[in-house]
Amino acid sequence: MHTELSDYLPLFILLFLSTAVAGLVILISVVFGPKRRAKAAKKVAPYESGMNAIGSGQRRFPVRFYLIAVLFILFDIEVIFFYPFAVAFRQLGLFGFFEMMVFIGVLLVGYIWLWKKGALEWESMDKQ
Amino acid sequence: MQEHKIVAPILEFLLKSVVLILIALTGFAYTTLLERRFIARLQARIGPNRAGPQGLLQPVADGLKLIVKESITPALADKFVYFLAPAIAVVPALIVFAVIPFGSGPLFSLMGDLNIGVLYVLAVLSVGVYGAVLAGWASNNKYASLGGLRASAQMISYELAFGLSLVAVVLMASSASLNDIVKYQQPGNILGWLIFRQPIAAGIFAICAMAELARAPFDLVEAEQELTAGFLTEYGGMKFALFYMSEYVKMIAMSALFATFFLGGWSGPFVNEFPVLSLVYFAVKVLIGLLIIVWVRATLPRFRYDKLMAFGWKALLPLSLANVMLTALLIVLGVY
Repeated sequence: MHTELSDYLPLFILLFLSTAVAGLVILISVVFGPKRRAKAAKKVAPYESGMNAIGSGQRRFPVRFYLIAVLFILFDIEVIFFYPFAVAFRQLGLFGFFEMMVFIGVLLVGYIWLWKKGALEWESMDKQ
Repeated sequence: MQEHKIVAPILEFLLKSVVLILIALTGFAYTTLLERRFIARLQARIGPNRAGPQGLLQPVADGLKLIVKESITPALADKFVYFLAPAIAVVPALIVFAVIPFGSGPLFSLMGDLNIGVLYVLAVLSVGVYGAVLAGWASNNKYASLGGLRASAQMISYELAFGLSLVAVVLMASSASLNDIVKYQQPGNILGWLIFRQPIAAGIFAICAMAELARAPFDLVEAEQELTAGFLTEYGGMKFALFYMSEYVKMIAMSALFATFFLGGWSGPFVNEFPVLSLVYFAVKVLIGLLIIVWVRATLPRFRYDKLMAFGWKALLPLSLANVMLTALLIVLGVY
């Protein structure tokens, strides 16, 4: 099977048109929306249910979100590894099957370790 | 002659892309109406029925209203990212349609035979997370940043099981091209559909699709009682409309993907004799998927966040991994 960059041409055209649509929609509201010169300070202030906003909206956030992101990267890469495997699986036969089980086995060991370490516990991290 | 060889396909793709985008946008407009009318019925209300017959002009009225709204940018927002985020949310939702075969034959899909179709779908759909994260961060608002954080953690957590459920599908079809997966499912009877042979994968896919869409019962991203509107809090007018558009276009895309992977895609009786029928079958399957998504929203209450994460990591991930192992075993044993 051979693929050239030109085979992806329709994709690039669609990408270009979609981006154009998105840009156009944003532009429309700037053009057709009412334009008021004097911007009241309250109007462009951050919304906090009618209270005056205290401090910045971009604050520090719990480290568990980072942890989830790191775990995601690890597992997602392994999920992606499954795809070439899955496409060729019927050709690989029994050999491929055992290779796959070894791969999943390694994955499971890591997964069980994470679970035991409490990396998947959302609440226990609160108490620490 | 050389020029014709280059210009003609470009024109063809251009035309197809325009049609695809128009279908997606019209679909978006009428999915909102469908949802409002259907959910109203489920709650014993009537729903919007004043603008045009049966409220059919309601989406037009909504669109016009949003167009004439003032474009407000919060003073403390990161202006560039604030404008960029809605575009990043909507573009992946639109371009994911490129690989979905809407009917039999090359006429009804932009590039349905792309041999890495499933990977493309996964990759494009995960770009959508950036829209939510950047919107939450750029708004410089506490509700928004909390909503953005929640959205990112939720979407990436469910993406794992989402990807693994599709591994089982690719294992069955031995191809990552969406058109091949559809063809694999048509040995003539309905039992060829993968929903009957991969029920676990279908269930996981449906749940994860709902979580990726951040719709009820997984709509913690914009839980009104806690976060006002989550990462959408500071957005209004057409910039809000873009996020809205991305949600509904993605809803259609997810429904179309479910139909393609598990419901036999465009296949159905007499497709070979009348290729146009395949479009109809596909549309009906997508519509049923959309109705079910709305039905779920009207029925189930919202998850609690810690339970949501636990469900994704401790239930769906091992279950989908086990399903991949089971599928592989059954293929080796010659059952599939």
